Amino acid sequence: MSLQVELVSPERILYSGEASMVVARTTDGEIAFLPGHAPFLGALSVARVRVLLEGGGEEVAAVHGGFVEVRDNTVTILSDVAELQSQVDVERARRAEAAAEERLRAEQDAETQAALARAVLRIDVAGG
Amino acid sequence: MAGKLRVIRRRVRSVQSTKKITRAMELIAASRIVRAQQRVEAARPYAEQITSVIANLASAGAASGHALLGGRETESGVRRVGYLILTSDRGLAGGYNANVIKAVEAALREDLSAGRDYVLITVGRKGQAYFRYRQYTISASYQGMSDLPTYEDARQVASEAMRLFEGGEVDLVKMAYTQFLSAGTQRPTVRQLMPIETPEAAVESDAPRADYEFEPEPDAILERLLPRYVGARVFAAMLDASASEHAARQRAMKAATDNADELIKTLTRVADQARQDEITTEIMEIVGGAEALRPAG
Repeated sequence: MSLQVELVSPERILYSGEASMVVARTTDGEIAFLPGHAPFLGALSVARVRVLLEGGGEEVAAVHGGFVEVRDNTVTILSDVAELQSQVDVERARRAEAAAEERLRAEQDAETQAALARAVLRIDVAGG
Repeated sequence: MAGKLRVIRRRVRSVQSTKKITRAMELIAASRIVRAQQRVEAARPYAEQITSVIANLASAGAASGHALLGGRETESGVRRVGYLILTSDRGLAGGYNANVIKAVEAALREDLSAGRDYVLITVGRKGQAYFRYRQYTISASYQGMSDLPTYEDARQVASEAMRLFEGGEVDLVKMAYTQFLSAGTQRPTVRQLMPIETPEAAVESDAPRADYEFEPEPDAILERLLPRYVGARVFAAMLDASASEHAARQRAMKAATDNADELIKTLTRVADQARQDEITTEIMEIVGGAEALRPAG
């Protein structure tokens, strides 16, 4: 038995495939889905989502908030902004990180903090 | 005589160069329809999924009192209606913009005669120009989105509409756009955007309703989900509108190109005739002159 995984953004399906396990983080904490998981609906925080593939190996995605629905061995992740590991523009993320840190030194505001969190996550996912 | 011929020839050349332009626009629009259609398709899974999640939440008894779900007022209590109008930035698309505008005005008249106030949000330069010129009340206008709308664009527009709605400035939001049915058919439509009508997916789902675990609790998820849902609806409408715009433009430009062909044909005939007349006149003159010079007898 395996899980059918779909990572869907408003503009297109980013990833679709089979997996043995999916690890994500909801606003309440980390959660892993194995085949046969009970129907589940959760809100995701800004975190990495790991998709452990059937034959070993994994696909990692930076998911900047969104929702996860599990039903009938299908894991659907809905996210406004999400990138697969291979799609992350590390250079851009680093620049964004630097810019956000710069601004935070001057002033603490929620938006900049969110921008920083996104940049950090991107770099983290890209393995940099 | 020679002057007339020159005028016609110049006209033919001018029509020919216009035809080149309309032909190019036609081809560009045709290729864009395909791309726009692909984007409509690509955006569908997200919209469908988010709809089914909302339906699941609703059946799990998540707060129906949420503002976006219309926990606030009923139809009779609608004092002010917001219109979100999707038009194009550029013209030369046949009746595309006029049709949307007509649909809006018809709906507006109904609202006004029922004693409801209104406010407009326009997307696209054409809609803005039309409504501003006629001094309608416009609360916000957006441009530069109609050609290749992104989700970010849609989110921005949707959040403005939600701001009006949640702030109580309007009690109902309608969205007017052109539905893309096929390359040959597009239909201007006016639909209710907010309050959100609970999706019907819950009713028609064939599988026995699953008992979901929620994390965090359903209300909190719904709270985050509903704005996304509105965004997705606006995005879907923008993509539809964009595909329709290209289809309308293609049709208009094809008609223009055909018309140019027709015009060139007619004008060329007139020119040919003028040329023939000129030659005939010349021959007549020469013959006449020769006749006159021939020694009598």
